Amino acid sequence: MLDVTGLECARGERTLFRDLNFSLPAGTLFELRGENGSGKTTLLRAICGLLSPIAGEIRWQGKNIKTLGDEYRAHLGYLGHLNGLKDELSALENVALTAPLSGITADPRAIEDMLRRFGLARCLHLPCKALSQGQKRRAALARIALGTHHALWLLDEPFAALDAAAITFLQSQIERQLANGGIVMLTTHQDVPISAPHRQRIELGI
Amino acid sequence: MNSALTAFRYVIARDLLLAMRRKADVLTTLFFFVIAVSLFPLGIGPDTELLRKIAPGIVWVAALLAAMLSLGRMFADDHRDGTLEQMMLAPQPLGLMVGAKIIAHWLLSGLPLVLIAPLLGLQFGLGGDALLILVASLLLGTPVLSLIGAIGAALTLGVRGGGVLVSLLVLPLFIPVLIFGAGAVEASVTGLGPAAHLSLLGAILLVALFFAPWATALALRIAVE
Repeated sequence: MLDVTGLECARGERTLFRDLNFSLPAGTLFELRGENGSGKTTLLRAICGLLSPIAGEIRWQGKNIKTLGDEYRAHLGYLGHLNGLKDELSALENVALTAPLSGITADPRAIEDMLRRFGLARCLHLPCKALSQGQKRRAALARIALGTHHALWLLDEPFAALDAAAITFLQSQIERQLANGGIVMLTTHQDVPISAPHRQRIELGI
Repeated sequence: MNSALTAFRYVIARDLLLAMRRKADVLTTLFFFVIAVSLFPLGIGPDTELLRKIAPGIVWVAALLAAMLSLGRMFADDHRDGTLEQMMLAPQPLGLMVGAKIIAHWLLSGLPLVLIAPLLGLQFGLGGDALLILVASLLLGTPVLSLIGAIGAALTLGVRGGGVLVSLLVLPLFIPVLIFGAGAVEASVTGLGPAAHLSLLGAILLVALFFAPWATALALRIAVE
């Protein structure tokens, strides 16, 4: 489904990685490892198309993602370092107002249910500025988890700032997505026991 | 197509809801406009003839400066909290969603000025016809300020001292709007008829409506990369 050939990216003058090749079939869990500054986030941003690589090509189902454009973005669920939440709005409002942008058609009850399952039952209606870092992250992850029709999840440090219960629940959501034939790319520093039909791992910066 | 319209509606709804939670932002622009315009009669004195003559220019200059005040926030917050990224990754044309943001910006910073302008015009002794033309010219002109301002706001996104830079970039582009906007009211006061000025303002609006969202979207892509 996703093929990357000869990818090279740089930040400023510094080349982060070059000649990167991988090919991910449906149902693959792709773990990105590497120390801070090794280009994990840059690789994720290049794959979702926010950043143009210096060289190389990224293809989705055989076609370059640049030519696919919106057709490719319809398959994406991306969560970067930033949560994409508005401080003044509640977790529920945030998800309900931004989910439709990425083609998620969940009704309000399904959104509320997902937030509850992420452990936000008691702060559904609090403005996000009153939430802790981990709670904000959970609200952002709930939006990703609702995008079950997105064939490609790109998650930047999804487990950071989460407690044990939330990590377990997120793992179950990722496993369900993989079992349904989705591809999940994530950067992480810790070992996560996720069962996946296919598994690949890459270590950047060596 | 349907999903694009849904996204368009949701972007406007979100920005309006945010403004309801942060009323100070909207009121700042409006109060600035009211106070800036009201200072002139106090400074110049009760010379009705003179006041009537300079009224259109003053109201329009104040509207330009008030629009500048609100431009900085247009994309900066979305950039900081990551919602801009999410908007760019949505499977809809970015230009469309930028258009939605521009409309929301105009509803929150342009429309209030249009509505309060007749009241301010009264301070300057403008007559009924002139007030009507003032409102009409603002109604055609303030959306242009939001549209062109959006390009400037996108180009200076994430730049240090962006606020000053955006005024240098955008104010010169506002000059035609100022000339035809203030000109329309003047023409109606002197009896020439405002039709020509208003048509030109309308033409500027159409051109800006067509190009600005697209140019803003391009500038945003560069800024985020």
